[in-house]
Amino acid sequence: MLSYIGRRLMWAIPTLIFVSFISFVIIQLPPGDFVTAYAAQLRNSGDYITEAQEAALRAEWGLNDPLLVQYWRWISNIIFYGDFGRSLEWNSAVSDLIWERLGLTLAISTLSMVFTWLIAIPVGVYSATRQYSVFDYVFTVFGFLGKGVPDFLLALILMWMTFVWLNMDVGGLVSPQFEGQPWDLAKFGNMLTHIWIPLLVLATGGAAGLIRVMRANMLDELRKPYVETAYAQGFGERTVVWRYPVRVALNPFISTVGWALPALFSGDVITAVVLNLPTTGPLLLQALKMQDMYLAGSFILILSVFTVIGTVLSDILLALSDPRIRFS
Amino acid sequence: MTLAFNPSQPPMPPDRLLQLDDVGVHFPTRDGLVKAVNGVSYHVNKGEVLGIVGESGSGKSVTARSIMRLQPKNAINASGTIRFRRKSGEELLINEQDRLSRTMRDLRGNEIGMIFQEPMTALSPVHTIGTQIARTVMLHRKVSKAEARARAIELLGKVQMPRPNDIVDRYPHHLSGGMRQRAMIALALACDPALLIADEPTTALDVTTEAQILELLKQLKDEMNMAIVFITHNFGVVADIADRVAVMYLGRVVETGTVDEIFYEPKHPYTQALLQSIPRLGQSHGRRLRTIAGMVPDPFNVPTGCSFHPRCMKAVGGVCDVQTPDDVLFPSGQRARCHYAGQTALAEAAQ
Repeated sequence: MLSYIGRRLMWAIPTLIFVSFISFVIIQLPPGDFVTAYAAQLRNSGDYITEAQEAALRAEWGLNDPLLVQYWRWISNIIFYGDFGRSLEWNSAVSDLIWERLGLTLAISTLSMVFTWLIAIPVGVYSATRQYSVFDYVFTVFGFLGKGVPDFLLALILMWMTFVWLNMDVGGLVSPQFEGQPWDLAKFGNMLTHIWIPLLVLATGGAAGLIRVMRANMLDELRKPYVETAYAQGFGERTVVWRYPVRVALNPFISTVGWALPALFSGDVITAVVLNLPTTGPLLLQALKMQDMYLAGSFILILSVFTVIGTVLSDILLALSDPRIRFS
Repeated sequence: MTLAFNPSQPPMPPDRLLQLDDVGVHFPTRDGLVKAVNGVSYHVNKGEVLGIVGESGSGKSVTARSIMRLQPKNAINASGTIRFRRKSGEELLINEQDRLSRTMRDLRGNEIGMIFQEPMTALSPVHTIGTQIARTVMLHRKVSKAEARARAIELLGKVQMPRPNDIVDRYPHHLSGGMRQRAMIALALACDPALLIADEPTTALDVTTEAQILELLKQLKDEMNMAIVFITHNFGVVADIADRVAVMYLGRVVETGTVDEIFYEPKHPYTQALLQSIPRLGQSHGRRLRTIAGMVPDPFNVPTGCSFHPRCMKAVGGVCDVQTPDDVLFPSGQRARCHYAGQTALAEAAQ
């Protein structure tokens, strides 16, 4: 088992190096470089630098160096100093921009994922063990609706309904009067009245799909002979179902749990935009729209790194839960 | 309580472990009612091996699952009684028990063990052999985890598993087919059941392993004084292990007798035809193997009268296709469900 984990971690390192290099190349792809953009920015604010000054800046910042040297400078700044470069659009350090929003993003995404699983797994198991029962059909209809209705539309409908019927403005994370205030109990309470909408929207959207997956997995597993064996041992239905087929049916979930990590970080971009949430998702969208290359590149890097780490985590979890993986 | 629950039936003889009378199991399907089991009666005495032989679809597995109450959920228990003598000595009317009742759960894995055809998939792939056995032990006996584990190791030794101390922590995918079936047997025997139902336990195994498993079952049976209901479609296996044999065709037992009676004096034309269609070593070359004419009828259109009559070489028009035959009882205890049972043998002898 330890050697398996070790092997997976070893493989992650070259992948990470490769991924970070690709991210850097993407940052470099747009025509011009940081100095060009900087000069343009100065011109916009009425200032002016000469060609010679530009060249001097390029030399000073090492923009004439070979790509590999520049890559090393960029990645070592990130690794050793946590410095992701500057966002031209926001005119502040990329790391500040991201960290500022990261806590909230992770909170919303993690909570919605937990809700998704809490809804999807029991409902999926129920639907499979009571296939073609009334509630199975009810959940199926709900599932297809949830899968078919886009998250942002559901968010809009919920916002509209709470506005019309409850006379509440639930957009954003907190009501305008709390914006920019330090966190206290009143602000926290206010946040709770807002945060249920993204949680509900994200959890139902995710759960709808996962119910179908869980139901299908369970139906496959329930037909397997080991389930009959478990019944033949004298176990009750609940024990049989939760101890045996559910254990096996969860494996596809576990193998994809790692992908939740990058998803947690980017969040559901459109829902976040619609709900005006200060998460990282809208920031990423903005960065891509404005060709804010250091910000966008950093996002790509972080997302890729999270994907790699998440996959490694998934592999390890799956090996822990399914002994057959360890074997091969 | 030694009284029978059903006053119309006399209590079972004291050495009787299991008795089925006129058991019927039907399945509603889109195309009509399938009478998968249509009046099956057989019994098993303590410490005895009853072989149940029949083609696919003859209802032998469905009947066995009725004993465990583990039929598919849409099964209809149409008729009959299933009686089982518990360890306490009392008679239990299994057919009155619900699939998930407390009593049935006490019975399963504790007084009746069951082993299945597919050792590859009949064990949980994500639990160790030891865990699976220990869970059963802990379910039925008040023992600690350590004791249950010790019991698992003891059982693995009992089924002649090599290195039981090591195997106990192994997963099914580490084991070969034969070893998995041994583990399956250990699991079924976890609580010293009085009855073991073996549903084609050697069908998926190669011949060498099959012989080993049969040998093991025979040993365990003697050692633990356990009765076995051994379901198979293989007459060779029956000859090897069974004390008595029941032959099933289309949801009915057509003939019952001791293994010698069935092999040397089969009374029912179906049994005779089955035995003749077994290839034998030393049979003269060039002679064609006898087969049974026709196909097993589809379960929606079971022939009237004796359901075997369309394929029977001895069928008599006006009798066999009209009247359903009753069991003909012979002095030795052999039974055959044929209008001409006994007479056919006489007729052949006369020829």
